[in-house]
Amino acid sequence: MNLFNEAKSLLKVNIREYGMYIALFVIMLTFTILTDGLFMSSRNISNLLDQTGYIAVLAVGMTLVIVIREIDLSVGFVAGFLGAIAAILLSQAGVPFYLTIPIILVLGIVVGMFNGVLVAKFGIPSFVASLAGMLIFRGALLQVTEKTGTIIIKDDNFNAIGNGFIPSIAEVGGLHLLSLILGALAIILYIYSEINKRKNKIKYQFDVVSKGIFAIQLIFVSAIIAYVTWILAGYNGFSWTVVIVLLVVALYHFISTKTVLGRHIYAVGSNPEAAHLTGINVKKITYIVFGSMGMLAALSGILYTSRLQSATTTAGTLFELDAIAAAYVGGVSSAGGVGKVTGAVIGAVVMASLTSGMNLLGVGISYQYMIRGGVLAAAVIFDVMTRKKRG
Amino acid sequence: MSEYILEMNNISKEFTGVKALTDVSFKVEKGEIHCLIGENGAGKSTLMKVLSGVYPFGTYTGDIVFEGKVQQFGEISDSVKAGIAIIYQELALFPDLTVYENIFAGNEVKRGGVIDWNRTIVKANDMLKKVGLDVNPEVLIKDLGVGKQQLVEIAKALSKDVKLLILDEPTAALNENDSENLLELLRELKKQGITCIMISHKLKEVISIADRATVIRDGRTICTLEGSKGEITESTIIKNMVGREIDDIYPKRPDKKFGDKILELNNWSAYDTQLGRYVVKNVNLHVKKGEIVGIAGLMGSGRTELAQSIFGNPKSYKLQGDLFVDGLPQKFSHTSDAIKAGIAYVTEDRKGDGLFLAQDIKSNVVAANLKGISRNGVINENEEVKIANEYKASMHVKAPSVEQLVGKLSGGNQQKVSLGKWLFVGPKLLILDEPTRGIDVGAKFEIYTIMNKLISEGMSIIMISSELGEVLGMSDRVYVMAEGALKGELSIEEATQENIMQLATL
Repeated sequence: MNLFNEAKSLLKVNIREYGMYIALFVIMLTFTILTDGLFMSSRNISNLLDQTGYIAVLAVGMTLVIVIREIDLSVGFVAGFLGAIAAILLSQAGVPFYLTIPIILVLGIVVGMFNGVLVAKFGIPSFVASLAGMLIFRGALLQVTEKTGTIIIKDDNFNAIGNGFIPSIAEVGGLHLLSLILGALAIILYIYSEINKRKNKIKYQFDVVSKGIFAIQLIFVSAIIAYVTWILAGYNGFSWTVVIVLLVVALYHFISTKTVLGRHIYAVGSNPEAAHLTGINVKKITYIVFGSMGMLAALSGILYTSRLQSATTTAGTLFELDAIAAAYVGGVSSAGGVGKVTGAVIGAVVMASLTSGMNLLGVGISYQYMIRGGVLAAAVIFDVMTRKKRG
Repeated sequence: MSEYILEMNNISKEFTGVKALTDVSFKVEKGEIHCLIGENGAGKSTLMKVLSGVYPFGTYTGDIVFEGKVQQFGEISDSVKAGIAIIYQELALFPDLTVYENIFAGNEVKRGGVIDWNRTIVKANDMLKKVGLDVNPEVLIKDLGVGKQQLVEIAKALSKDVKLLILDEPTAALNENDSENLLELLRELKKQGITCIMISHKLKEVISIADRATVIRDGRTICTLEGSKGEITESTIIKNMVGREIDDIYPKRPDKKFGDKILELNNWSAYDTQLGRYVVKNVNLHVKKGEIVGIAGLMGSGRTELAQSIFGNPKSYKLQGDLFVDGLPQKFSHTSDAIKAGIAYVTEDRKGDGLFLAQDIKSNVVAANLKGISRNGVINENEEVKIANEYKASMHVKAPSVEQLVGKLSGGNQQKVSLGKWLFVGPKLLILDEPTRGIDVGAKFEIYTIMNKLISEGMSIIMISSELGEVLGMSDRVYVMAEGALKGELSIEEATQENIMQLATL
């Protein structure tokens, strides 16, 4: 009974964070029931995650941009344009793929930094600066694809990023072995780090959750990792896209929660004047956040181009709005200083699950837009309500 | 005996536990110029906000009788309808609109629901003539000087058939010439039968213009002085304004030992390019190790600007003069440079630019010294909680845990967090800007005690304060500032409330 009470109070305190996971769970369960399990099939989940990839990385960067009270509308066409540049480098200039990718990422950083300079140095509202960028890069994308139209990419390595899977080594009962090993490693790493954290807290004589709750937490999260691994291993295993997204999320989660840089970003978002008077260089933080956004836009362009195995004239259309929606569903606040990158990824998965589920059910595209809009509004209303209650 | 146009009887007003006004009575005769005087925070503005309906009927106790009728103003527009107009210190004009649009903003000249701009301009011209302002009504407000903007505000009030005009420190931002013109205008309006309440800190003005003057102190009416009986003199006003006894709310510091100069400013000036004027003029000042230096002065006298110009110049003023820290010349290009040199600045406006209200206590405490809890840029979160808990305990911050959001703390506890944040940096010189504004007596005492403890540990403090009692009770030496310049330096032995007030209102 005590355990139950503790769980209840934990849930109450963290309702906003858990709410999102619960929502994702409800959405997935609903679609699974409605589609007789088709939604949760290995093939569908694998596809769903691959489709989420290029939006998820944008949402991660966008979360930090919104945290510092700015916005970047240019990322969609920056992704499209840089994807096209990648295609040109690979198929027309003959640059090998291991050089193309770093070149594109660096170009992305340059573009992002340029936005940052417009915003921080010249004081142009980011909405306007990035709107200008959006138009410019849309034009640039048309310019480079004008003569050829769609540029087909024949580089297998590059195309594998969006379509390939990590090697299997061997099949075990029809399951992908390396993926299973990675999943198991992830579980072990998770349990190890959580136990370590707990030990450290005890060493500092801080309060920790009771052993029962702690065990339940460990088992619960491990079970989810195991289940997802098992599903994916039943198809082709982890795709390169999933691996890349997981790496990006892990890196950004670490930076935003555990480092001085991360603290500075949230401080600037929370109160820029106070941040300045605390000795934080607000301009520098703005450059860094926009630079990272540009890099992730480039990565998004690479993922998308590689998935289509070609650069098209309309690549990147509306990516920015999908990314912004994912970030808001994930709990970022436009008042600044609040929002997690992990939330943004869950937000992206929620939105992609809706699309995927409704496609399986054959819901008309008109209704799909309305339902996704409704979910976005509901998520933000829930956010505002729970925050009001706490604050 | 002429009749009263306004009687405020036994007004009391409370803000969550803090009494701002206690049983205040305030009577204004028809056709007089009545000055309302008191220290910062005495309750003058609160009283005027009760009168104008900013604090609506029901949130205070007591009666407001205006023109013989008991009034129950539910909102500002009710008091405007009754004929009361208030002009605040910060002008409420639209800088990008024209003079005539501003005069009739909210009171548009309409014909059948459509604005008649031609008639608006004609009427605006009339109003401008009334206040003696010779400008084209089609110029934009932002192209006028502050003095003329003030007159536009008055013209705006007159356009609404005002019977009682309230001016909150109308000359605070004006030069002498403009001030004189304004006072002349008030005398002119008086002849036309308009009653006027003026809040002012400048005693000379009060003496020259007031028919009667009411002094408020600590939320209570102290007295009403009659000009006709020769009661309005500098000495009577000052005596009544500051009258409070300084008792032992200021903890004593037994051993005073001063070391070398920690900070020195020579001919230090700061020019604000946005305002187009010097906010700090030719300041020469020094602070010794182990010393609390008080900077007294009224609001807007340039004290905060001086502090910020020392602390890395976040507002990007153009600086002139020399700054020495520990005898070495320094030029700070960012606040982080000043912090590195050992200076910390606790801001006056803790909610506005001091704290991260949406973050918890621990993040705020470590915000200025993340290096102290991190290795290679990675933060040790356990160390963070430990340090935050230490400060929470040593400064008696009342909160359930260090995970409490700072926005939910009381003012006193917020101030302690703000102080803790800077103590964790370990500065040599701590600049405190209004360290006890808006916090209760108990918390004040705790903050004074912390200040004394820091001094005994070898820190130096500059304390900027509008509260004379605090300046006299805590400082070792006092500088008095007015209009961006130092008007005098007083040792604590020679400083009194009267001579500080004299220098500050010079």
